[in-house]
Amino acid sequence: MSDLNKLTLADARDKLRAKEITSVELTEACLSAVEGGKTLNAFVHDTPDLALEQAKAADATLAKGDAPSMCGLPIGIKDLFCTKGVASQAGSAILEGFKPEYESTVSQNLLDAGAVMLGKLNMDEFAMGSSNETSVYGDVVNPWKVDDRNLTPGGSSGGSASAVAADLCLAATGTDTGGSIRQPAAFTGIVGIKPTYGRCSRWGVVAFASSLDQAGPMTKTVRDAAIMLEAMCGHDAKDSTSVDMAVPDFEAALEGDIKGKTIGIPKEYRMDGMPDEIEALWSQGTEMLKDAGAKIVDITLPHTKYALPAYYVIAPAEASSNLARYDGVRYGHRAKLSQGDGITEMYEKTRAEGFGPEVQRRIMVGTYVLSAGFYDAYYNRARKVRTLIKKDFEDVFAQGVDAILTPATPSAAFGLGEMKDADPVQMYLNDVFTVTVNLAGLPGISVPAGLDKQGLPLGLQLIGKPFEEGELLQFAHTLERAAGFVAKPEKWW
Amino acid sequence: MLDLTYETPKPKVIAGAKHDWELVIGLEVHAQVASNAKLFSGASTTFGAEPNSNVAFVDAAMPGMLPVINEFCVAQAVRTGLGLKADINLWSAFDRKNYFYPDLPQGYQISQLYHPIVGEGEVLVELGDGTARLVRVERIHLEQDAGKSIHDMDPNMSFVDLNRTGVALMEIVSRPDIRGPEEAAAYVVKLRQIMQYLGTCDGNMQNGNLRADVNVSVCRPGDYEKYQETQDFSHLGTRCEIKNMNSMRFIQQAIEVEARRQIAIIEDGGEVVQETRLYDPDKGETRSMRSKEEAHDYRYFPCPDLLPLEIEQGWVDDIANDLPELPDEKKARFISDFGLSDYDASVLTAETAAAAFFEKVAEGRDGKLAANWVINELFGRLKKDEKEITESPVSPDQLGGIITLITKGDISGKIAKDLFEIVYTEGGDPAEIVEARGMKQVTDTGAIEAAVDQVIADNPAQVAKAKENPKLAGWFVGQVMKATGGKANPKAVNEIVAKKLAD
Repeated sequence: MSDLNKLTLADARDKLRAKEITSVELTEACLSAVEGGKTLNAFVHDTPDLALEQAKAADATLAKGDAPSMCGLPIGIKDLFCTKGVASQAGSAILEGFKPEYESTVSQNLLDAGAVMLGKLNMDEFAMGSSNETSVYGDVVNPWKVDDRNLTPGGSSGGSASAVAADLCLAATGTDTGGSIRQPAAFTGIVGIKPTYGRCSRWGVVAFASSLDQAGPMTKTVRDAAIMLEAMCGHDAKDSTSVDMAVPDFEAALEGDIKGKTIGIPKEYRMDGMPDEIEALWSQGTEMLKDAGAKIVDITLPHTKYALPAYYVIAPAEASSNLARYDGVRYGHRAKLSQGDGITEMYEKTRAEGFGPEVQRRIMVGTYVLSAGFYDAYYNRARKVRTLIKKDFEDVFAQGVDAILTPATPSAAFGLGEMKDADPVQMYLNDVFTVTVNLAGLPGISVPAGLDKQGLPLGLQLIGKPFEEGELLQFAHTLERAAGFVAKPEKWW
Repeated sequence: MLDLTYETPKPKVIAGAKHDWELVIGLEVHAQVASNAKLFSGASTTFGAEPNSNVAFVDAAMPGMLPVINEFCVAQAVRTGLGLKADINLWSAFDRKNYFYPDLPQGYQISQLYHPIVGEGEVLVELGDGTARLVRVERIHLEQDAGKSIHDMDPNMSFVDLNRTGVALMEIVSRPDIRGPEEAAAYVVKLRQIMQYLGTCDGNMQNGNLRADVNVSVCRPGDYEKYQETQDFSHLGTRCEIKNMNSMRFIQQAIEVEARRQIAIIEDGGEVVQETRLYDPDKGETRSMRSKEEAHDYRYFPCPDLLPLEIEQGWVDDIANDLPELPDEKKARFISDFGLSDYDASVLTAETAAAAFFEKVAEGRDGKLAANWVINELFGRLKKDEKEITESPVSPDQLGGIITLITKGDISGKIAKDLFEIVYTEGGDPAEIVEARGMKQVTDTGAIEAAVDQVIADNPAQVAKAKENPKLAGWFVGQVMKATGGKANPKAVNEIVAKKLAD
């Protein structure tokens, strides 16, 4: 059978169990797709030997029957996850040569579920970016193209998005601090879900902003997202912020009916200068859910406009502290020192060489907002805003709203290099629809819902109640079926 | 229970060139929590291990590693708080204190700036002269220790040992209630004693398990009282913090030296600059640790890796119910139950091991006699051998046995000292030793009478004199004791001699 790499997780799983295909065949198909997709610069550390070894083991397990949920399914892992014995650099020069002696809980959960790891995926450095242009490995290219222009896959999980959209792997892990799963998913026509904060363990995931970071799956379909999320999440005593709650059967939750459920449409997400196509897509999505039996209500989330500034205080503040450990003392890059250089020079040179400009910018912003005399004006105020934003959502859910529908991004994918000279704030505006969800700790999913005039995919975002990922996936599944999005990028790479 | 009441001590006064000055002192004591594992990792806390052998991934701040609170360390902090009669905060939180140093792998220390686990408490500090100061404790918070930088092993390189990194510390912050160098040292001694009773810190200052930062300022007589009335710090002088003191002697010296330095500055018309200083015991001076340019901005903020620490009142109550008897209570009980002097009770309650030893010895026996034997004979003998009470070759049962033999009249006090030495050096059951070696006092009146008769028969001239002067009876007693090798019961000999001479 050809093009096994194009299968969804669900289809591949069923074929493996029906003994129509083997994991080794499936893995080899993906490995050759990875090899053929080098132009996209999505995979940055390939692990073909490990993958084939895992595939063989999976086949043996499948032969015995009673295989775990993701047995034999080849996936890619974002470089932010520490993977035992495999380079884990968070897309940064400062972690050059770093091979952890431990496996992150999420990737271990996936391995325990039988998944096959093809390699590590490119990303913005330390997950800071919305275009995957800040990586030490270079830009990731979106498989979707307009004319001859190379487009961004979005960021920071750009490698994951590009790899899944281009069928290099069946699915991939992502992480989302301010939209890093949902925005690239929308830019590449795939599904990406950021679960409720606390659902997935952060243990072994290189920290960006600890109170916002969450791992999640990036997949070809909503069903695949349900399958993979269930394998990824669960309580982990090693992460104090991980929630001790049973993990529901997310795939089974897809089958329900959304009749009588209430969808909120927040007026604050109707931004000035929003492209008509996005506006139109949003209306279409609303109609689709209405047609499926949902009640549509207009809602207000009054503090939305403060979300982006609050996010760009809190996230850099936490990052400035989280990234202090990259000091050249114990692992990763250490600058060559001159005679007479002391500790301070070691820090300054190492960090100047090891961190790219965007990471340096955020460290400086974060350091500034936490410094004496500015703490209350910035960090404390941002925390208050965060509380208000959380309350906005709580109020709406208390009024009977089951989920909220918004656009995922303010635009379709833009050209690589197009924003290079722009004010960094312009780039930050990419996160305008997604950061509120991180600040409130809620689950959010991006579902491909249509194409723009240029033929580029656009996504809609659904925001759910805390720990109601099952219900959220059900809404997403309904939207996915109604939108009938089947477009694929034309293979040019 | 006996109420221990004391006079308040006078503040230390230092005469300057122009005026008299009083001292105001507050201490931040860093006590290593007695725990097998670190505050946020499972790594061992054993002292003296191979460098970098007690290091978990999170201690080395490997990417993606997360702290998980050690419940035992929390219980130890709560226990300490209860021991200081302090408020326990059921809701507390951890903050990050950010600064760069190679022995601080995370680039921040996890501490509790805004919401400490323990609130206001108090420590009664006795000064041994009948006075005592009630020192208020402002707070106790939990925090991580840093590692150790070693700069003197190589001319070109520095080394880092992370074994201590992440070990749990309790920072115990006092109010500025301490008024002299002796009081400061006595405060640390008392804190250490309480924590040793509680088992929450071993108090070993040599290993760095107990260190103190000392805040010193000076003020004119009368100003402190104004501060007390108003709690307005502007009545007090500018303070300097002397960092990392790890001996009682240095604490006292440093305070004295620093106070004199400040007085000299003020009397010269200058101003004391608030700063952190180090005490150099060799030069007998304090010096500034860092200049203004390098002043740290720690950028404290709530640690996002840890949820707020919420504990239940029931859990605190369970710890409170399991609390051992504390030094003040034990001392009061020793005074009331055993009739001990304040001094003896203090000596015997200084350490739990000594107190427990004494209590076993005193059980069912004369408390004062037991105290004398423990303090004078046992402690004296142990000190000669540089032994701790826990290493005593004489067990409480053995010492108790000796005391029982004395009170039963089986041996005299003098013989008892010989017996003690035998038991100390050779071991064995005191009663059996006395029996086997014929050390027992002769109380058999027949035998004593025979001995007395013999002495009388041998010394007719003395008998005649004694009949006229009864005071000479003592000579006969001495002769009888000599004849019986000191084993005759002196009381019985006295009576028989008196009776025979009167016949």
